[in-house]
Amino acid sequence: MDKERIDQIIDKHHSDPSSLIQILLDIQAEHHWLPKEALEQISERLQVPMTRVQHIATFYKAFSLVPKGRHQIHICMGTACHVRGASRVLDTVEGLTGIKPGETDLDLKFSLETVNCLGCCALGPVLEIDGKTHGKMAPVQTADVLKNYD
Amino acid sequence: MSEILLKIDGKEVKAREGMTVLEAAQRAGISIPTLCHHEKLEPYGACRLCIVEIDMRGWKKLVVSCLYPVAQDLVVTTKSEKINRIRKMIVELLLAHAPDAFDLQDLAREYGADRDRFEKESSFCIHCGLCVRYCAEVKKKHAVGFVNRGANREISFIPEVASKECWNCKECFPLCPTEALQAAYVLTEALMSHTRQ
Repeated sequence: MDKERIDQIIDKHHSDPSSLIQILLDIQAEHHWLPKEALEQISERLQVPMTRVQHIATFYKAFSLVPKGRHQIHICMGTACHVRGASRVLDTVEGLTGIKPGETDLDLKFSLETVNCLGCCALGPVLEIDGKTHGKMAPVQTADVLKNYD
Repeated sequence: MSEILLKIDGKEVKAREGMTVLEAAQRAGISIPTLCHHEKLEPYGACRLCIVEIDMRGWKKLVVSCLYPVAQDLVVTTKSEKINRIRKMIVELLLAHAPDAFDLQDLAREYGADRDRFEKESSFCIHCGLCVRYCAEVKKKHAVGFVNRGANREISFIPEVASKECWNCKECFPLCPTEALQAAYVLTEALMSHTRQ
């Protein structure tokens, strides 16, 4: 992500220190993660100390300080999904992508994350990719779903 | 400034509006144990050790005295079996993080706290925030801050700021009740010199 784009985002929020979280969210949404240079630029432009930017960027789970893949996979590990075999779905996805929860693969294609409930228990086991829900997942189906992303 | 009369441990104490119970007690020569309190800094209420019981028209409540403002006719108890029991528990929980901190060991002796009551999770930092607040409020350098959240929260120096400001200051070192701060700084120093090479 280039400096000009970050400046644009900061300008959109009128360089207002109280918009810090919103600026971080905008950058996270576009770039999928927050590079250190971006945090330094924000700190300088908003006149907010780096300690505060770092405090907020590490506090919320929505922010990532390490590179994330182009596609975010969320696998529900909630009770309903669990009893319907979410752990087997997770195993299969781990096998297909070669990464464990919290990790990102080397060509930045997928990031894998487990979540505790996506709120649609009737669809369990649920797999969510980039916000799109794939319900009633059987381990064999996951390969077909993952094939659609590059 | 209007004067407020309150009672601390049975002693009539005069205080000014806007003072905290802790300040009023200290002025009257009544000692309340504290860890995260520093007179130059804004009250923070992190360690909870200064907990006292207040009685307002028959309503009893446990509050941290470093944050609670004085009020007319407030009755404060700073020492009782109940309060000592709570302080003992607080010290025991803090000791799980920093078992060898001298300040905590002194408190443990005073309140009969068992150093080994809880499984050790030696992070050495008890999150009093003294270093973070001192650097931000007094020195205005913001070289050290908190990162992460909940059980994983820890202090972290900003290497770029620390390498410029900290070597000649280090005023936060003696504030730390556990010496975790110094360790964090030494680590940052080591990492900085490593990247410089």
